[in-house]
Formats: sequence, structure tokens, C-alpha cells
Amino acid sequence: MKVCVCFVACRLQLPNTDLCPFFPLPLNPLSAFGVLNVGVDACTVCVCSLAVAVCFNCIPLLQQEAQSSEEDPGETLKRTLRAQRQRQKKRVHLRGEHLLQFSHGRTHVIQCSSGGVSPTVLQVDHDGAGKHDVPLAIRTRVKFREAAKRAVKGLPTAEEAYGFFTYNFEPDPKDGTVRMSRKKQKQRKTVEEDMGEADEQEDSEVDEDNQDEKIGQVRMTAILFNKYEIRYRKLIQRESELLFTPSFRTVPVAIKLPENMKPRYLEDEGLYVGERPSVSLTNENILENRILKMEEKWFGDDGRIIALPDPIKESSTRPPLIHMEEDLDPALQTVYKKVRHAHYGLYISSAADPEGDYQLDVDVSGLIFSHHPLFSREHVLGARLAQLYDQYLTRQHNNLTGHLTDKLFLFLYIFLPEHHRNTRQLRDSEQEKDRTLLKNMVKVWKEIKALREFQKFTNTPYKLCLRKENVDRASDKQEYEDEILAEVVELEAESEMDYQRKLAEYKKQLEEWKLWRRKQRKKKKKSQAQGDTEDEDEDQEVSESEGPAEEGPPKPEPLEKPDLDSIEQQVREKASRIRRKPGESILIPELSASGNITAYELCPRAEKARRDHVAKCFLFIKILYNNKEVSQTDSRSLSTDFRVHFGQIFNLKIVNCPQSINLQVFEEIGSSCSLLAQVFVPLPEPSGLTGSVPLEEFEFSSNQRVMFDHEGVGSDVPLSFEADGSNKQILMTSGKLACCVSWGTGEDGTPLAPPYHLKDGISCFVASGGEVTAPEYFRLEQLQQEFDFVTDEELDRSKRLRLLRLRNQEVAEFRNYKCVPALEREVTDEVFQEYEKRLKEGEIIDTKEHLDPHRALVAKYLQKIRESVINRFRLAKHHYHLSDLVIEEEIPSIGILGRNLFKLAEPKRPLKPQRKERKKVTTQNLSDGDIKLLINIIRAYSIPIRRPQSNLCLYFSKPGQSSQGVIQGSDWLLSQVQVRPFVEVSFQRTVLQTTTADGPNPCWNEELQLPFSAPNGDYSTASLQSVKDEVFINIFDEVVYETGVVRKSVHTQVERHWLGSVKIPFSTIYSQTRIDGTFKVNTPAVLLGYSKERSYGTNGGYDILRSLSEGAFITLFITIEPQLVPGESIREKFDTQEPEHLLQASERFERDAVQSHPDRPCITTVIDLNGKTVFITRYIRPLNPPQELLDAFPSNSQEAMALVARFVSLIPSLPDSISFSGACDLWSTCDQFLTLLAGDEEEHAVLLCNYFLSMGKKAWLIIGTAIPEGPTAYVLTFEQSRYVIWNPSSGQYYGQYDTFCPLQTVGCLVNADNVWFNVQQYTSPMRMSFDTTKAKLWKPFFSRSFSHPGLSSVQPEELVYRHIDKAAAAELQDRIEKILKEKIMEWRPRQPTRWNRYCTTTLKHFLPKLELSGGQDIAEGHRHELQNLLGDNRVSQE
Amino acid sequence: MATNNPSMFLLTVNGQIEGANFPEFDNLYCKYCFVYGHDWVPSSGLEEGITQITCKGIQSSHKLIWNFPLETTFKSTNPSGWPQLVMSVYGPDAFGNDVIRGYGATHIPFTPGQHTRTIPMFVPEPSWRLQKFTSWLLGRRPEYTDPKVVAQGEGREVTRVRSQGFVTVSFHIMTKDMKKLGYDTGPSDAWALPK
Repeated sequence: MKVCVCFVACRLQLPNTDLCPFFPLPLNPLSAFGVLNVGVDACTVCVCSLAVAVCFNCIPLLQQEAQSSEEDPGETLKRTLRAQRQRQKKRVHLRGEHLLQFSHGRTHVIQCSSGGVSPTVLQVDHDGAGKHDVPLAIRTRVKFREAAKRAVKGLPTAEEAYGFFTYNFEPDPKDGTVRMSRKKQKQRKTVEEDMGEADEQEDSEVDEDNQDEKIGQVRMTAILFNKYEIRYRKLIQRESELLFTPSFRTVPVAIKLPENMKPRYLEDEGLYVGERPSVSLTNENILENRILKMEEKWFGDDGRIIALPDPIKESSTRPPLIHMEEDLDPALQTVYKKVRHAHYGLYISSAADPEGDYQLDVDVSGLIFSHHPLFSREHVLGARLAQLYDQYLTRQHNNLTGHLTDKLFLFLYIFLPEHHRNTRQLRDSEQEKDRTLLKNMVKVWKEIKALREFQKFTNTPYKLCLRKENVDRASDKQEYEDEILAEVVELEAESEMDYQRKLAEYKKQLEEWKLWRRKQRKKKKKSQAQGDTEDEDEDQEVSESEGPAEEGPPKPEPLEKPDLDSIEQQVREKASRIRRKPGESILIPELSASGNITAYELCPRAEKARRDHVAKCFLFIKILYNNKEVSQTDSRSLSTDFRVHFGQIFNLKIVNCPQSINLQVFEEIGSSCSLLAQVFVPLPEPSGLTGSVPLEEFEFSSNQRVMFDHEGVGSDVPLSFEADGSNKQILMTSGKLACCVSWGTGEDGTPLAPPYHLKDGISCFVASGGEVTAPEYFRLEQLQQEFDFVTDEELDRSKRLRLLRLRNQEVAEFRNYKCVPALEREVTDEVFQEYEKRLKEGEIIDTKEHLDPHRALVAKYLQKIRESVINRFRLAKHHYHLSDLVIEEEIPSIGILGRNLFKLAEPKRPLKPQRKERKKVTTQNLSDGDIKLLINIIRAYSIPIRRPQSNLCLYFSKPGQSSQGVIQGSDWLLSQVQVRPFVEVSFQRTVLQTTTADGPNPCWNEELQLPFSAPNGDYSTASLQSVKDEVFINIFDEVVYETGVVRKSVHTQVERHWLGSVKIPFSTIYSQTRIDGTFKVNTPAVLLGYSKERSYGTNGGYDILRSLSEGAFITLFITIEPQLVPGESIREKFDTQEPEHLLQASERFERDAVQSHPDRPCITTVIDLNGKTVFITRYIRPLNPPQELLDAFPSNSQEAMALVARFVSLIPSLPDSISFSGACDLWSTCDQFLTLLAGDEEEHAVLLCNYFLSMGKKAWLIIGTAIPEGPTAYVLTFEQSRYVIWNPSSGQYYGQYDTFCPLQTVGCLVNADNVWFNVQQYTSPMRMSFDTTKAKLWKPFFSRSFSHPGLSSVQPEELVYRHIDKAAAAELQDRIEKILKEKIMEWRPRQPTRWNRYCTTTLKHFLPKLELSGGQDIAEGHRHELQNLLGDNRVSQE
Repeated sequence: MATNNPSMFLLTVNGQIEGANFPEFDNLYCKYCFVYGHDWVPSSGLEEGITQITCKGIQSSHKLIWNFPLETTFKSTNPSGWPQLVMSVYGPDAFGNDVIRGYGATHIPFTPGQHTRTIPMFVPEPSWRLQKFTSWLLGRRPEYTDPKVVAQGEGREVTRVRSQGFVTVSFHIMTKDMKKLGYDTGPSDAWALPK
């Protein structure tokens, strides 16, 4: 049974025809079933893939029918075969490519593959058809169904068809007779070979290896090599012509470059070649291949694609914007101005006109289309004609040609040839235009007429008449000739002049040429005379060839005389082109619209459709005011001449200021409505009132594309009037809208226009009394002055305003000034007195206040620095952090949580209570009385004890012993009370004292509470930081005298003898929050009547420790209740000259230090007096101390060091926090320090360290904390395998293991080369090692990985000292003495103070000695002398 | 007392904190205080106060009513630093901890007459999410160090807040001598002659 799928498909698709749609053959007459019996050759006929594809749909059906026809397959087959044979005879040979072979008794269903890769041959044993066909059919049906399913929705594509035909329908392996080649590849190979040969031989193409097998197993009876193969090949071939798949292999360089060129690498030649943008290699290769295919020049000299360097920078190139504000020139700074809406912009002010309504009249008259999609061709021409006519009328009106002709005559008379010629040219061109216009009009009119003729109906009423105006032929001709003659004459004269000029030139050139020629000849003769015959020819050649090379003047061409005849001819030609012929009548065109339009019934169908369409078309106009729709016109139909008349006037009562008036043209066809165009109408001038403004025409156009299937030409569609369709035009919908906008008038004729004036968008208007006055100048903020509160002069003059201003500026005196009076007169001058006084002080140096003028200067300088620093930080102080504003529970970190958990498990130790951290209070909402200073006075050590006064009539007594009088001998020593000390604390006018204790090592353990009040009640952080008050802790000895017994009552007199004091500045307490430690008590060098306890040595064990640092000590604990948050240092970045990497490294170093050891101060960069960040090691440099100090102890270096330390400590100390009112630490260099004569601990330490270094010692700066100073700087020296710590402010020194060393924490060490951070377990100097070479203990800043960059020092090379001015010193001495005397006399104003001159002189003698000894050794001798003196002079006790 | 040349003007504030609208919360109370400039002195009345705790009623399910009277008189020389009413509303959270429910502030109206102000309230937000959780868990929400912060502009940029609820306050304002000192805060002419 054979099935041609194609025919089945054809039958199914076209049931009514007997023709195959793809190949016009009648269907096989043998097809008894109508479906099945199809010849094989028919199959070969229907080769198109579409036909094949269609067939899939019917194959299942086909199979079913095949099944049903199974009853008599033999019969069917026979018929089929017969038919085939008949046809075969005709066709097979005809085609020569099909081989059909039938073995008897067998039927083959041969399926042809269009792919040609693996044609599958199904072999069916026909003998066993009765048994085997059924399963086969079912199986194939299943497979077909799958394919059919895929194709159900429509025709399968070519791919699907291909897939279907290449599908391998494996026969059932059980079916012994149905076999298929197992090795597809082999088979495919076979088939390919078959295709190659395309021959008719049977089996000969089968691969030799498998031939036997094939012949045995596969009885290939027919191999059909069909057209699909060839078609596919062709397709591939065609595709390869069209398609190109770029390879991604690297292209050899040689291909990319022009032939015989070597690649040139600019980079190797040392030129800069930017980095190319990165493109993956594959993509680049593909691109190169593609470009090569396109044969375009895209390759550079190096054989790569030309590319610009990568424009993307890796880092930002913009300058940082962090401190722009400060750095910028004030003139360049941006000033913020608030955006202000111009009032008029929103509403028209009602103040000028209380009635307030303004009326805008919008008159929409109508519109005319110059092109409309519904135009017929005739309309297009008509519109063009109308346009030309309009143009003609305008030109006629202007009469430019006439004017120019007049002008021409004028110039001719006054003889201005230059103007004359120009004007003639102008006139000629105008005349030409006139003529072309006329010609065009006639042409268009002819076209219209031709069109009307052609289409046999008329659409437009236009009619062009040419009115002839006859002229007098003779006179006209005369005129014509005259004019031509005049022009010719003129031109002749011109050309003659030109010729003369050229002739002169020519003659000149000719002369030159002749001269040159002569020279050449001479040369030639010379060379000939030399007789070099051999070279003669050559020579001549050379000279000849040299001729042109020497740029000898070429021989000028002789000139021709100008051809006068040709000029006349030209003129005549031109005249005939642009001018009316002489005697020809003047044509005056007249366009009238009086023609008849063909009636509707007479028109052809397409024209009728167009007219219907026009009749359906309606137009209306929306009026938009300030982009809001306010009204719209009635919808009017489009008339046949494409004009719409509205004639509507809209009166708009407006409130908003007009900004735009927009008319939108809408077209309505049926129910659809579309926007055709928008017309923006300019706003009328205020003077433009209704009635006085004429109608104006505004052109509009639309670029919508419209096409019709009737006579309408559409829009944006090419249109041609030529017969051959050339000269196409594209016409857009366009037209003119006639309307006018004006201001309305009221009933009484008053204009209803708003009284303002618009000027360029940014308006400047001053409305005053309804008049409009525009300033002559333009200003962006023209209203600024109106907002000026008062004039500047008044602002300065008014005391009240000044007060308000000063308060706002937070000037200290007025910061919290309450209730500024409401009236000027109530402000008293006294308010400003203090402030003005301070201002004056700043200017005038008050020498009286200072001990010498130098100090006064320094004070002034400091004041200036202070001001600049305050200004610098004023802004920074107004920066808040979240913690300043919001209280938020902190999330405990895991470490803290763990520690807390661990603590829970810890045993409780009630005997070792620990201080709990108190809650910190910010200073914002505090007031007087809230803050208290808590001072715990715990104990004191080695208070000086009273000395037995054998030779003095003083009574040291105890209440119990008073009656015994003077006690003597050893008895005294035992029973004598050594000392009865108590402590008195005074702070801010509050004085409190402890109880009296006994003995030189008393224990008080008392808490004193002192109230604190901030200056001016200002409890801000800045204010608290600048509190200069100090806490004075004085130790007194209470001595009780018994003055006598009166009436059984004992009268005693209590005397307090001052023993020493400690003073602690409030700023220290504030910044430290608490102070806990043992302080050395400042005791006077000579304490009369007392002796240091040491000399009596009671308890030896204690002595050893104390021997290093003698003196009295007191243990204190001071804090503020409630705990205040100390001011944070200014979070600001400063200018710097340090390299960036150094700063980053230092930042990292400090951050790491804080993270690992938060309690250890670490400083690597500091701020100098100019406010610049400087690396700390730059401050360390050996500097010479004054030579006198070195000379004092040339042999004893230790003494010399002590002396230098004392020298440094004598320089007054001024804490930065006080002088600069913020927590800001400025470091001055040593010379600045010595000039200013004031500085912090750091300056002292730096100076001392530098002195020590210059003395050849090993010295470091210690950055640490000490009591009471808090964070401070000390100096460390290493000498004789012993570390000594120096307190630079006091000049004291301590051994490393000194108990009373005030240095508590060592954070880091600094010298000129490096900074080391303490990473040891302990911070106390006693428990740590100062060996900086050990990296485990000290972390260096500069290490091997980051070496010291060789930072230069900021210090001067050498310090210059001035010699002491003896006279000045003496004067100073006198002054001090005088001041002291005055002060003492001031204290006791009631009694006259008499000075004992002898005593004074004696004391004067002591002073130098005290200084020399350092107040230590000679004390004993002085005491004796003093006591001698006192013995003579009793001090009055009254 | 009728001096022709007064040196101070008086501002009397009568009114009441009418109630609040906090849809999510109940059992709230309100603390109020006045914040004013340097030139202002309260001459009578309470400067700050605290209302009773109120629960939502059955009928008015959303409204919390305090009806807490305000009565204060200020005198001043300078309108700069015009008094502001600062309100902070507190209430218990799910665990019974007293937490902040809203801060808000409004200027005392300038013009004499009756005014009603509805003040939107807000609370500071925890700075990060974990904090939000722990603050909820521990019942310690972030609060302003000083409620008066909400009356100032300075430093507010560092905080983040979430808005919740409204408080309604009515004022009856009287002024004395303001016009004599040259401050005309009276209702404008347009208002005086309503058409």
C-alpha cells in the first residue's frame, strides 16, 4: 500500500477541487477510496514543504483508512502498481533522479525526507501483512499522533516537518521481517553517498563493508533520492550568502593590517597609550571578525581595534567637599535664599482693584484648512493656486519691482555705479520671481483644468482669469530696447575697465618673464663656454628642467578683447527670461471662487465616499487657560471648501494671572474624537482691549498620518500629480485659525485688564497706588529692601537692637540676658559697660595689670588666638549627636554580657565594695544648686610637726595640759602633741572644714559637699569647661592658747597655723569626673615653728618609701554630684601638611589603641597654634637650654638636670581648656612657648625633653594620665640603668618605683623617631617595663613595614635667649614689692600698716638664698635667723 | 494700672488639653510644659503639669479625653521666643512599663480669640533594628533627654522619629498692651468683617 501524503492533504484541504494546489495534476483516478491510492510519482511532484507539513494532520486518518482497507490490499496494490508503471514510463526517465523498484509481492511505504540526512526506509513484508500490519499501523499511528498533536494548531513549520521526516521509526524488534538498519550512522553514510551519486543503480551505493549484510537484512527495493536534498542544499547555500557567523578565533594580526605592513606599537615607542576599556577576548575576536567581513578601516597601527582610553576613573576626581565652607573665599560662598513665590503668579492682587474681576475675551472666529486629509486632488491643487494667488497679491501690494526700478533710475542719475549694480541685480531677481509666480499660477491652473477634465467633475469653485492689459507696442518696445541698451553700455564699460586692468597686469608679467628668459640664456651660454661637451645635453636638460623648478614666471597668456556682442546677447537672453516681451500685453491674474461644483449625484463612487466623509466630519475647539480647560466651542461641520466658522466669543472671568492660552482643535468623525492641533495664542498687552485688537490668523499643523480608500488624499502620504508618479509630495494637515484674545471692557467702558506688567518671565513690578512703575534696572531680589527691618545705621544706633544682637551672638556677657526691654529708652548704658570695657581691654594693653610689658603683649596675643579658636569652634558646638538628644538603652555587647554572667557566678565580697558607675547627666537642663562638689578627705601623711620652742615664749598647749605651762625635756617629747591638723576646703566662696585630728598622719575620712554654680547660670558644656575656679584644700594646725581664766571659765584663743595647701582646678575635676589619689601638699620652704616629721623619724619602715619624695601628702577623693558628661573634644578635621598615608596610619594606630586599651591615652597627631594637624614626633628635637644652667653644675649632670627641670617648671602654666574654652589641645613649639611664657603640661614636657636630649640624655615624652592633671605629658629619662620620671610642670622627679609618683597611667612614649604604644598588662609605671625594643610590650608606630619617612622637625634649630636685663629685674622687684604692700594694706584698711624695714631687708636677703638652694637645705639656718628676728619683734595678736 | 506707656505686654492662655487620638494605645496620660524665650516671664498659672490617666470609653472608641485645663499668663518685652506648649504623652506598654507614646509641640496662638489645635505626635525611633527589639523587650524605648527638645530646631537632624497619634488642645487667648508696643497680632481686617 502506498500513500502519498501530499495528495491526501490536498484532498482534505480542498475537497471540492480535483486539482492538487501545489502541482496542477488531476487526482489519481485510481483512488477508489479517495484517499489512499496515490501514485508515488505524485509524491515526487508535491515537493514543497508546506504540502508535506499539511499532510501530518491527516496521516492518522489515513492510517485508519488504510486499516479499514486492509481486506483487500492486494487488489489495491495491483491497481496502484499498474498506474505507477504507466506513469513511470513517462516520468522516471523524464526526471532521471528517481528510482523506483518493486520486488514482487512486497509493498514499501517510502517516506521521503526533506532533510536528506537519514531517510528512513520502512520495509514491510507484504506477505505477512495480514499478521503484521496491524501492530505496525498502531505503532506508527501513535508516533504520528504525537507529531499530529504538535501540528494541531496549524500548519507545522519547516523545522517540524523536517523533524518528522527525519524521525526514526524503529520497527518492532519482534517482527522478524521488518527490519531496519541498526547502525544509523552507517546508513546515513550510505545515503549520503547515494545522494552524491544520485544514480539509478540499486544497491550499488550501499557501503561495501555492509553490503552483504544490507543485502541480506535490508532489502532495499527503492531508494528515492528526491529533490528535498537539493532544495536543502540550495537553502544552505542561499543562507550562507546572506548570513555570516563571525568566528571567535583570534584573528592574525597580518589580516587586520594593510598588506606589507608591520604592526606598530606606540607604547613600545614610549608614547602614552591609555588603558583600553576591558572587553572579553571572545567578544573582541568576534567583533574583529565581523569588522573584517565588513571591510572597514577600524584597526589601528598595532592591529587592534581603535579604542579610546577607558574614561572611567577609579577614584573620584572631585575635590573633597568637607571643609569647603571654611576654605572658600567669603565672596564665593553660596548664600541660601529661600524660594519665594511671586504673589502675582498665583493670584492677581485684589488690593489694587477691590472689585477684582478681570475679563479675558477669547474670540474664536473660524479656521481654514490649507491641507486636510479629506482633500481631493483637486483641492490640493486649488489650495496651491489660492496660496500662489495670495502670494501674488502680497507681492503686488508691496510692488518691490517698481520700487527697485525707481531706485535704479535714481542711482543712475546720481551715479553710484556700485549701488546701481546691486540694485539692478536685486530688481532682476524680483522680476524673475514675479514672472515665475505668474508662470506657476498658470501652470497650476492648467493642471486643475486638466484634472477636472480627467475626472469629469469639479470639486473646487476656483477660477483663474487672466486679464490682458494691452500696451502701446512701439513705446513699449522702445522702453525695452532702451533698458537693454543702458545695461549693455554699463556692462561694456565695466568689462572694458576690467580688461584694462588685466592688460596692465599681463604686461607686467610679460616683462618679468622676458627678463627671466634672458637670464636663462646667459646661464646656458656660460655653461657652453666651459666646454663640457659631454654634459651638454644633460646640462641643457637640467636647465630646462630647472626652469619650472626655479619657479620662473610662466609665460602669460595674451588676453582677448572682451566680446561686446556676447554681452548684448547675454543681456537679451536674460531680459527675455525674466521680462515680458516687448509689446506683449500685461497679464493680470484674477482668482475667483465662482465656479460650480459638480453635484453629488454626478460624481463617481470614490468621490461620493469622500464627500460623505467630509459631511460626517465635525470640528470644535477647546480653550485652555493656564493649561486648564475652560470652555469649548460648538461642534461645527466641515464645509466642502474646508472652512469652519465658529464665530464664538468667550468671556473668561479670571482670578489667576494668565500664563498661557491654548486653543486645541478637535476633529470629530462619528463618535471618535481626535486632537488635530494646538494653537498657542499670545497673551494680550494690558492695552489690548476688546474691539481694538484685530483678528489674527495662527497657523497650525498636525503630523498625523491619515490614509483613505476614497478620493481623499490623506495626510503624510506621498502624492503625485504626474502621470508617471514621479515628483511625489508629502502633505501634512495644516491650516489657519482665526481668533483674537483681548481684555474685556466693563459696562462703563473701564478696561478689565489687571494692572501689572510682565517682563521676561521674571517680572519686576512695583504696585503702588494702582500705578505701574517698572524700575529701570533689573534685580533678582528686588523685594529684598522691603524686607529690611530697619536700616543698618538704625540697627547700629539702637541700643535695644544691639542688645538683642549681642545676645544672639552668644557674647559671654549677654548670653543669658533675660528680658530685654521692649522700649529703646529703657535700655540703660550700664548694660554695655562691662562689655565695652572688655573690648577696650583687648585693644589697650594695660601695663599695670601685668608685671612687664612683654607679658602684656603675650596676653594680648593669647587673647587673639583664643578668639580665633573660639570662632573656629563656635559652629562645631552646635553639632549634636544622637546621644545628646535621645536616651537610648545601649545594647550590651556579647563580651559585656559574658562578663556579667561571669560576675553572677562570682562569690560576693561584701568587704571589698566596688564603686559603681553613676549615671551621667547631660548639662542641658541643670540649674543653680543642682550640682555639688563632693570632696572626701581621707587622710594625710607626714604633716610637719611643731617644733619645741624652748627659746620662745609661745604656749603650745592642749586643753588638758594648759595649766602646766612650759613643758621641758624628754617629758615634753612624749606628752607633747605633735600637731593637730584639720583641712579647710574653699570653693566659690564656700568654706568648709573637717574636724581636727591628731598627729602627723591624721585620718579624717570626711565628706564635704560644696555647692557649685556656673557663671551666669549657664550650664552648657562649654561654659563649664571654662570655669576658672579652683578648689583650695588647706591644711591648718589648730593651736589653742589659753588666755587666762576669768571667773572660773577658761578663755582660750584658737589659732590656725597654715601648713600647706593643695589646689585643684574645677576644670580638671570636670574633665576627669572624679579625682582619686594622694597629692603632695605644697608646703612653704620654710615653715616657722614646724619641722618635717622625717627629722624625728618615728616609724622607720615608712621612711624608706618616702625618702625619695619628701613632703606631706594628702589623700583625696573628689567628684561632682551628679556626674556630668565631660565635653567631648571637637570632632573636626583640621588642615594639615602631613602626607595622607601618614595621617591614615596614625588614625588607624589611634583607633586600634583605643579599641584594645580604651583607658590608655594615645596621641600621634596634635594641633599646632595655626590649627593644623602635625605629627607628634616633629616636636621632639634636641634644643639647647640656657648656657647659665649648664654652667652651674658642669660636673654633676644630675644637678644640672634638676636645675633645667626647675627652669622649665617656672614657666607659667595655663591649661588649654581654660584659655580656649573648649576641649581643644593646642601644642605650641618651644620658641612659641618661650615667647608666650604660658603653656600647658605638654609644652613644658616637650621643652624639658628637648633640653634633656640636647644634654645628651636618653629622653622620651610620656603621654599618660596623672593626678590631678588628668591626661598629661611627662618626661622619661634613662640614666645609670634607672628610669626617672619628670613632672615638667613642677620640676619634680621620681624614680620608676616611687609610690607617690603622680603619674598613674602610661599610654605611649614619644621621641623624635617613633611613637610606642603601651601594650603591657599594666599601666602604672611601677609595674611596667620601659624597654621599647620589646615589641610585645611596646607597639611601635613606625616599624619595618612602615618606616619613618624622615619627618622634619617643627622646632627651631636653636633657641635664642636674651640676657637678663638687670635694671628691668630690679624694677620688677620694686613693683612686686609695692604691689604686695598695697594689697596687704588693702586687707586691713582700718589699721595703719607699719613696715619694719629691718625685717624687710633681712627677708630680702633670704630670697636669693632660698632660690639657690631650691628651698631645701638651708631652711634650718633661715629658721634660726628668722626666729632671732621674731624674738625681737613680737607679733601682735590683737 | 492703666499706664499709657507700658513696658511689657501680657499674654493670657486659657484652654484645655481636650484629648488625644491614639488608636493603638490606651491608659495614657500627658505631661505638658511651656517653652519660651529669654524675654518671657510666666506671671501666673502653672508652667508645667501632668494630666490624669484616661482610658478609652465604650462609645467613643478612639478618643481619649483629658479635658485638662491650662491657665497661664506670661509677660514679655519681646515677641521673640513666643511660648510654645510642649506635650509628651506616656502610657503603659504590653508589659506594663511606662513608655513614651508621643511628643509634640505647638506655638501658643498669636491672635486673641478661640483656637483649636490638633498636634501630631511623634516618638524617637531606635537607632537600629536590634535595638528596637531590645527596647520593646525591656520596655525602655528611646526618649528625648529633654522633652523641650521638640520645641527647638537645633540638633533635631540627628534623630529619627515615627509619628503616632494626635493631641487636641483648645486655647482662649487674650493679650494686653501688644498693640501699644507696636505688635499688631489682632485678626486681620478681612476676618473682622466677614461677609
